Amino acid sequence: MTRRNAPIRNAPSRDAPSWNVASRYALRITSIAAALGLWQLLTSLDVDLWLRFSQFPTVTDVARAFADRLAGDDYWTDLTDSLTRILAGFLLAAVLGVATGALVARSRLAEDLLGTVLEVVRPIPAIALVPVAILLFPDNEQGIVFITCTAAFFPVLVSTRHAVRALTPVWEEAVRTMGGGRLRILASVVLPGALPGIFGGLSVGIGVSWICVISAEMISGQYGVGYRTWQDYTVVDYPGVFVGMVTIGVLGWLTSTAVELAGRRLTRWLPRTSYVPGVRPPRRGRGAATPVPAGSRNDARAKGRTEEEVPHDQLV
Amino acid sequence: MTSLSDVRSPSRTGTGLALRGVALGRPGAPVLDGVDLDVAPGEILTVVGSSGCGKSTLLRTLAGLLPPLAGAVEQDGHRITGPAADRALVFQEDALLPWRTLRANVELPLAIRGVARSERRAQAEAWLSRVGLAEHARQLPHRVSGGQRQRTQLARALAARPRAVLMDEPFGALDAQTRAGMQDLLVDVLRGTGATVVFVTHDVDEALFLGDRVALLGGGRVLAVRDVPRPRDRTAHDDPVRAALRREVLDSLGT
Repeated sequence: MTRRNAPIRNAPSRDAPSWNVASRYALRITSIAAALGLWQLLTSLDVDLWLRFSQFPTVTDVARAFADRLAGDDYWTDLTDSLTRILAGFLLAAVLGVATGALVARSRLAEDLLGTVLEVVRPIPAIALVPVAILLFPDNEQGIVFITCTAAFFPVLVSTRHAVRALTPVWEEAVRTMGGGRLRILASVVLPGALPGIFGGLSVGIGVSWICVISAEMISGQYGVGYRTWQDYTVVDYPGVFVGMVTIGVLGWLTSTAVELAGRRLTRWLPRTSYVPGVRPPRRGRGAATPVPAGSRNDARAKGRTEEEVPHDQLV
Repeated sequence: MTSLSDVRSPSRTGTGLALRGVALGRPGAPVLDGVDLDVAPGEILTVVGSSGCGKSTLLRTLAGLLPPLAGAVEQDGHRITGPAADRALVFQEDALLPWRTLRANVELPLAIRGVARSERRAQAEAWLSRVGLAEHARQLPHRVSGGQRQRTQLARALAARPRAVLMDEPFGALDAQTRAGMQDLLVDVLRGTGATVVFVTHDVDEALFLGDRVALLGGGRVLAVRDVPRPRDRTAHDDPVRAALRREVLDSLGT
């Protein structure tokens, strides 16, 4: 039997040669280019059907505005302000969410004390907490971080709670019979075992964080991408508004990719299926004979292929 | 580097386990009642019974994971009140932590005991090579076969040198050939550790091959405890004493 010693992260690409990877990236770039091209076409031709593109800035307008902004200081101040706020809020939410989620899942007392309160607060949209933030915090900055943190906190909390409750009981029993106490179980079983679920919550959380940090900046910020975008809107600088939107989009994409990559890195131990999206199994012709069981030539061939393609852990 | 002889050397002798008038199971619905059972230090006691007769419950009670409904469970005359590293449990299901390599899994009980990193790494590797998995030490559990996972569980259970090893149908999910190999390995690995072993199984031949004594469970109680003739022999079915014992065990499984 062939044993695969290749690292797991290589597994999905084992059927896909490198030119295939390159072509996938080419495809992604093409799709972005096509979207931009369509935008440019509709706006430069001033298409006015039911949707009206005549007032809409063209791609080149936006690009020119973008270049101007990049040259100035304000853009970078806005960028770092927004990033500081979201990172502070999100990291705080990650720590608090995992801690509270694990606590509520593991302790009946904590569930009784906190469970109901949390469930009542959870449906309130974080952006509706702006008045609360204004009342509570002496400083706008802290208010925005508070709102961002609250937004990301609940997805992390809920996913952690579910992941901890769904842990395989025998893992904990094994550590208990080795003489491990509560802290050891928490560190060696609960947290690593719940990590795949926790990262689900973190992925959702980072997305919600962006929505809330931008909204909060629009309402009460000084500096920040959201603040700037709203300012541009009030002075009818539409290319500027689009610069803001593109900035938010790219930053959001970068941060959620970072969370995604960190998650994949930390949960590399998860058994992966041999299924590779988009890679079709070898197709038989329409008229070709289906493999006949027991001893036929076809069967022997099919068997050889099974040994080759079924991952090691499914063969035993 | 820890040598194999170091791992093998009998550090301590086995421990005596006892159940006195024990009832087990859910409150109001005990699966086993009035259990009186003594396990002598260093012996291998196999426990046989049909599925659902309370074998696993008995083992989990001995491990300290489950309190008895009535009676006392004792180790060397002291009441067992909870799990302890001194009584290792080998589970029927896959109980390795899937995010730890085989070596890291074997290291875990040593880490809990506070053994220094380099020392526990060396010991874990020695144990893995003892069960024939030296070259798989850095694999994750799901990358190796079911038999290899069970061998790792065995290494993990023995790594902290417990005085009692409790085994819950550890080879139940393995095919007949792997199972026989695992039984030989178990006998081999246990030799010299002096550990007391309680081995639960529903396989008659496994029980008679491994056990110094065999306890028969059925109808909610312990039916009998019998000595098993020695030396170990898988093929001596025509020996009249063994044949009679085998028949008795099979009959007990029918009840």
